Amino acid sequence: MNKLTATERLSLIRHKNRPTVNDYIPAIFNNFLELHGDRYYGDDHAVLGGIATLNSVPVTILAQVKGRNIEENKRTNFSMPHPEGYRKALRLAKEAEKFHRPVICFVDTPGAFCGVEAEKRGQGEAIARNLMEFMTLRTPVITVILGEGGSGGALALAVGDELAMLENALYSVISPRGFASILWKDPGREKEACELMKITAEDLMDFGICDRIISEAMGGAQNDMTLTASNIGEYLSEAVARFSKTNIDIMLENRYNRFRKIGMFEE
Amino acid sequence: MLEDLFKVVKARFNDDNSAEKADKSGEDVNIPHDLLFKCPRCGTVAYMEDFEKNRKVCAFCNYHARLTWQERLQLTADADTFKEFDANMISKNPIDFPDYEKKIREMQQKCDTKEAVVTGECEIHGYKCVIGIMDSNFLMASMGSVVGEKITRAFEYATKNKLPVILFTASGGARMQEGTVSLMQMAKTSGAIARHNQAGQLYITVLTDPTTGGVNASFASLGDIIIAEPKVLVGFAGRRVIQDTIKQQLPDDFQTAEFMLENGFADMIVERTMMRRTLARIMKLHNYEREKE
Repeated sequence: MNKLTATERLSLIRHKNRPTVNDYIPAIFNNFLELHGDRYYGDDHAVLGGIATLNSVPVTILAQVKGRNIEENKRTNFSMPHPEGYRKALRLAKEAEKFHRPVICFVDTPGAFCGVEAEKRGQGEAIARNLMEFMTLRTPVITVILGEGGSGGALALAVGDELAMLENALYSVISPRGFASILWKDPGREKEACELMKITAEDLMDFGICDRIISEAMGGAQNDMTLTASNIGEYLSEAVARFSKTNIDIMLENRYNRFRKIGMFEE
Repeated sequence: MLEDLFKVVKARFNDDNSAEKADKSGEDVNIPHDLLFKCPRCGTVAYMEDFEKNRKVCAFCNYHARLTWQERLQLTADADTFKEFDANMISKNPIDFPDYEKKIREMQQKCDTKEAVVTGECEIHGYKCVIGIMDSNFLMASMGSVVGEKITRAFEYATKNKLPVILFTASGGARMQEGTVSLMQMAKTSGAIARHNQAGQLYITVLTDPTTGGVNASFASLGDIIIAEPKVLVGFAGRRVIQDTIKQQLPDDFQTAEFMLENGFADMIVERTMMRRTLARIMKLHNYEREKE
């Protein structure tokens, strides 16, 4: 495990050459069939959905999509989903449940989009609905955080049976800059906030929020996408096999308790 | 993006005594706050005594101002029926945020409660229910471990005892001082609601001023029936960040109760004077029975 600071990892996951889910999918899965739309409003390109095979086993993939260049980023809204993105994810998750197909979520977002249209179409409701529905979805749900796990917009694809993080990924309630800006009224203290917030994969293992850390290539995933993809693939194959053998009611009880136990209080 | 969002929500929260519109009317320095109420929505100034007699509703624009948990409870529950749950639960400091414990202690003194939500069991017009009241005076009723745990337990209790849940929501969102642990409370509470839902029990949300951020994006949006008080602020993201993104003025009713109703995210807007009977009526229509008179 590396000893990079949280701040160093923050710059790594924002590195322009950091692989995105569009790099990983062809490297890990076969036969990817993309499916579109939420059936209510439209198709959000910030969330990619579809079915593929992992070692010949069909799985549903739901992923937040960072662009690799400005064109792609315009198309995917810098990976900031609108409500219809979350609703597309839920629709496809329900489809997966119907056919007892495991769901694999890839999280990589600065957060859900903040805008007039997003508010009008119920950004809060869309996220809330996913949290509730994924909690009782009767098929395995495994989430991998590839880079940025930004707040409720990330959580909406991270309620499942297990959460893995790439070794440099971060998962936080607000960006370090936002944290500094609000709590200290000084966005310039971003680095200090980043170190204080306990948002690295190791920190989150300690809290019981993250279950697995997936190694990246030396110096970061951008240095060897194929190796990083192979590590992700290896983890997913093992996890899918393991959860597919688990009794569904036991799995749902464990899923509930994964979140139920998180909180630090005394009485 | 998000940072601005929180900033804006926070700025708006602090607007209570300095609303821009009100400032246009000119000389409003030295308003004695204990004697006069100045409406943060329309700027109208009223005698505090009249405002309080009017259940803290602006007589001019009908804005339903924030209540303390004690005021809300008194206006909502039948007398002497409230039994509090988990009154002594207090937060730890998950990320060792400097002075967090101190801040919490100050809030406890100020609000006469250990945390930002008070939960318990009560009767409303004789209908027994589990009730949760969030108090925006307590760190803007942000959701940390205790708020998450108390709401989760309230739903678990209601599921076990086949009771409806009524939550009066108010919040600036997740409590940043508790880091990612606070984010997880969104999933935890939503999970407890899922089980209450599967058990066929009723959940009524009452959106009060302000219901935003991570609370808007979790339990506040999951009621079977969603009621809002008139003119309250409800939304996911902050107004100013949205304004900065689109570079144009937003309409005045953006992210209000009325906006939520218009866009299909609330069932009804209910005046404070009608709240008790509306809640009782809804419970009755869902086949809950009154305790004996």
